[in-house]
Amino acid sequence: MSIIPGRETPPAPKARKLKDFGEGSGTVRTATMVLSLLGGILVWWFLSLLPGVGSILAGPQDIIRRALPELLNDGATGEFEAYLLIKHIYWSFRRVLGGWAIAFLCAIPTAFLMGWYRTFRNIVDPWIQFFRTIPPIALIPMVILLMGTGEKAKITVIFITSFLVMTVTVYQGVRNIDMTLVKAAYTFGASDLSIFAQVVIPYSFPFILTAARLGVSTALTTLIAAEMTGTFYGLGSMIQTAQIYFRMDKVLLGIICIGAIGFVLDRLLLLAEKRFTRWK
Amino acid sequence: MSEARTPKIVMEGVRKVFRGHDGRETIALNGVDLTIYENEFVCVVGPSGCGKTTLLNIIAGLENATDGQITLNGEKIIGPGNDRGVIFQQYALFPWRTVRGNIEFGLQYLRKREDRVEKDPKTGEERVRTVYRRYTKEEKHALSDKYMKMVDLTDFAGSYPKELSGGMKQRVAIARGYAISPQVLLMDEPFGALDAQTRAQLQEDLLRTWEQEKRTCFFITHDVEEAVLLASRVVIMSARPGRVKEIVPIDLPYPRNQATKLLPEFNAYKNRIWENVYQEYLEVKK
Repeated sequence: MSIIPGRETPPAPKARKLKDFGEGSGTVRTATMVLSLLGGILVWWFLSLLPGVGSILAGPQDIIRRALPELLNDGATGEFEAYLLIKHIYWSFRRVLGGWAIAFLCAIPTAFLMGWYRTFRNIVDPWIQFFRTIPPIALIPMVILLMGTGEKAKITVIFITSFLVMTVTVYQGVRNIDMTLVKAAYTFGASDLSIFAQVVIPYSFPFILTAARLGVSTALTTLIAAEMTGTFYGLGSMIQTAQIYFRMDKVLLGIICIGAIGFVLDRLLLLAEKRFTRWK
Repeated sequence: MSEARTPKIVMEGVRKVFRGHDGRETIALNGVDLTIYENEFVCVVGPSGCGKTTLLNIIAGLENATDGQITLNGEKIIGPGNDRGVIFQQYALFPWRTVRGNIEFGLQYLRKREDRVEKDPKTGEERVRTVYRRYTKEEKHALSDKYMKMVDLTDFAGSYPKELSGGMKQRVAIARGYAISPQVLLMDEPFGALDAQTRAQLQEDLLRTWEQEKRTCFFITHDVEEAVLLASRVVIMSARPGRVKEIVPIDLPYPRNQATKLLPEFNAYKNRIWENVYQEYLEVKK
């Protein structure tokens, strides 16, 4: 039996570096994000070059060589419609923005009424909870029957889903109100209406901005469903048509466009949030 | 001296019963009789759960008494109003308003009495009409300037509450309470969440402010030393259900400061009240 010699002294304790929970430097963050995007494109390109994968997955080079010339030309050859991609983006953007904006304008008063009046809340809440779990595609037959296949139908589908999400979010904010603040306002002699205007609305403001962002992303996720009500122009219908002809390059281009629109809109709303809730 | 004092708040047989969700009744206050005189500083001490905060809420008009009545200047209190300013333990500052904005919050509900001389268009006679008008922006600014100066926060006029320390936040809340010139200031353990040094400093600030502008103060604390330092009378409440157990007048001269704590009389008061409160703590334990 051999004796393993133990250490004479315990190891000297090392100074511990605690995890940094901060955001870090802005330039590093941006650089990392850009690198991540470039890296992703590189991986995608590499995968599409593999013989087995490439026959299914179109690469960035296919989009540049095939999809873009088809979808972004001035129509001189007569083979393709001029600037088709721009038209697809324009119509989809219009629907998303339209549905979202109407939903936003309706969601705020609904949420405040729900937060403020118990009776209104009890009447509306079960319906909101009921519709919230229904996938938008399931609504399409009803929407087509009621609204036809025009723009109204598409905006309605987007409206319904983003309205529900935004109402619930703003309502949570109103319900979450800090009662000490309400009490404080009461002791200053504030009326109920004044409490609403001076306490409830400013308190819910960050929730309104969060709701707006959630609403945009919901509106975009509903786009494909909305365009299933029948249309030629639109990114959703472009993707569906391309799928039928197995044009993966066009499918991927459509996905990229929707993602980019979402990213830009979200960033704009994030800027607004930072600008208007500096007190938070 | 006590004959000359005018009663400000009179509580008679104030009872408060809470009913829990299971229907069980909790008696928070069981017949509180207490008179608070004009411009006196009353501190209320007692074990936690003895209904101190409930009593303050009832005076503030934020809660209704189950039984008994409570009057301010002889008029029954029927709801909250800006004749009473409340300072909460959790500061209750509006986070979206700056220091100045917070101090000016209460001013928007105040009306200024003004006598205007007018000419009757028919007879040409001059007459005086009394109007109550809102404060102008300039007047609000002048007032917030004054009270920011009083609590030494002039340099932070444009800061948001999140940028302030706990002590500074409570100073804003005190300035906000003072700015509306209430007849009564109700304070619910305002220094409870602060560290010992900040607390000592704010106690002195509050004493100084009170000596500059006398107000009727109703101050809840569980710190006996704080109560003796601030109060002209200390009210000891019994354990639940809360009643007034004893009222101890503190005959120490104002102006007081932290040095007052070194006086032998101070310690005598403190020990006497502490012993009394401690008995109530033991009651609670049983």
